[in-house]
Amino acid sequence: MTLANKQLAAGWLFLTPATILIFIMSFYPIIQAFITSFKTGKGVNIQFANPLTYNYSRMLQDVIFKTSMKNTFLYLIVEVPIMLILAILLAQLLNNKDLKFKGLFRTAIFLPCATSLVSYSLIFKSMFATQGLINTVLMNLGLIHENINFLGTASTARAVIIIALIWRWTGYNMVFYLAGLQNIEYSVYEAAKIDGANGWKTFWNITVPLLKPTIVMTAIMSINGTLQLFDESVNLTSGGPANQTITMSHYIYNQAFGQGVGNFGYTSAMSFVVFIMVAILAFINLKVGDTRD
Amino acid sequence: MIQRRLIPTYIFLTICSLISVFPLYWMFAAATNDTVSVARGSIAFGNQLMVNFEHLKAAVQGTLWSSMGNSFLYSIVQTVFTLFVCSIAGYGFELYHDKGKDRLFGILLLAMMVPAVATMVPLYGLVSKAKLLNTVWAFILPGISTPFMIMMFRQNSRNFPPDIMEAARIDGLPEWKIFFKMYVPIQKSIYAAAAVITFMNAWNAYMWPKVVMSDNRAQTMPMFIANISSGYTVDYGMTMLGVLFCSLPTMIVFFVLQKQFAEGITGSVK
Repeated sequence: MTLANKQLAAGWLFLTPATILIFIMSFYPIIQAFITSFKTGKGVNIQFANPLTYNYSRMLQDVIFKTSMKNTFLYLIVEVPIMLILAILLAQLLNNKDLKFKGLFRTAIFLPCATSLVSYSLIFKSMFATQGLINTVLMNLGLIHENINFLGTASTARAVIIIALIWRWTGYNMVFYLAGLQNIEYSVYEAAKIDGANGWKTFWNITVPLLKPTIVMTAIMSINGTLQLFDESVNLTSGGPANQTITMSHYIYNQAFGQGVGNFGYTSAMSFVVFIMVAILAFINLKVGDTRD
Repeated sequence: MIQRRLIPTYIFLTICSLISVFPLYWMFAAATNDTVSVARGSIAFGNQLMVNFEHLKAAVQGTLWSSMGNSFLYSIVQTVFTLFVCSIAGYGFELYHDKGKDRLFGILLLAMMVPAVATMVPLYGLVSKAKLLNTVWAFILPGISTPFMIMMFRQNSRNFPPDIMEAARIDGLPEWKIFFKMYVPIQKSIYAAAAVITFMNAWNAYMWPKVVMSDNRAQTMPMFIANISSGYTVDYGMTMLGVLFCSLPTMIVFFVLQKQFAEGITGSVK
């Protein structure tokens, strides 16, 4: 073999394991899910449905599925913008050259990310319990006269999930913005200062545009993550009260391996819908964030 | 000297830091208190740590240490495989890139849009047919190769000057040796960052292990603490001690590799 050929072969060899794994672990299953979504039956006794779209029409009438979709989108619309704006703001403040104790602040704000999803779900579940810390504090401050059943009421339970999500993920996104900011030359800011731009103007006209690729990346990651919420729904509220906080992933899991057990055709149809949603949102994001215009 | 104009910034950052840290502090405190004091809202440390620990061990017939051991085993194996597979891929895509490889990279990125829940049922079928249920392979296989990790390594590979490769080739070094002897040592920080992220993700995984690791002896820490807290009467002290056990390893990993983690991330958003 010539030297050039050897290099060519080596190049392909380096990416072979990763490529094969992605094809077997992502692309093959998603095609499989698409095919299965047209079948009905339980467990291994599964065959093509008549009509083929049976699972999809069932979904349209499934009240719990609709609720799970509404919940997931509510979490998405409320949580992602608050979290990302907060993360950029924190990163911007921490990027100040004159600021002291930077490391301390950064570590503290990132720390929630070091806890597992199940762990923090249980911490929030305990703090917001009817006989829990938050109720006790509110009571002692005289703000409430009887304990609030945070997790037993649909609206407050959803709010707790959103608060928990913001707590867990803001620091994670902040780290990416901090890294992005460090790649911006300090002289750009100096020049802006000389031109008389104030903090707010600098933020909008320099920081945000230069961070655009990072913003797109974190937005895609967050949207992706929120559409797939599972641990919080399972462990914080168990989807309750009465499925009022259940997420799509949680309901799909229940139908496949939980209470529904073995509804693989129906589950595949639902998960294919989740896939389409993720794909559309990611696509929009990429288009909006395309800097080559 | 603290500058006066930065005082509002300090106040804001302090408030955010306190909110971030408080639930974790509370977890530590609650782990040392009995359920009554936790419910009463006590945020001081108590003296019930050992009692809670005995409850925790008793609650699940001795699976505390085995789930801890499982979590360590699975997470470490996952991290080793992921780092190897994704770093050689990122290296190959960046330093040997041509039209064909760039196109393949674009296709692989599409896998980012495939949600875990959509592949759960078919993958379960695949793993059970291969008779891998309740083994470390079932746990790690779907997570070894991820577009995010490959992208991270690819971005960081831009710091690696191709001239070095040419020089090494002239000296007669084979391609794989260039990777191990020259690339790996100078990319330490990105390996650290990738290790932190992979280890944390593996340690914290919950849905997938719940599907494929149904055997009690194969369960992980997150499954363990989810189980002990799913009863009707909740022992807060015991639960929080379980949560603490589940959180400590990832916190330690993060603290130890914090500096390299930050450097690695900086290289990957360039």
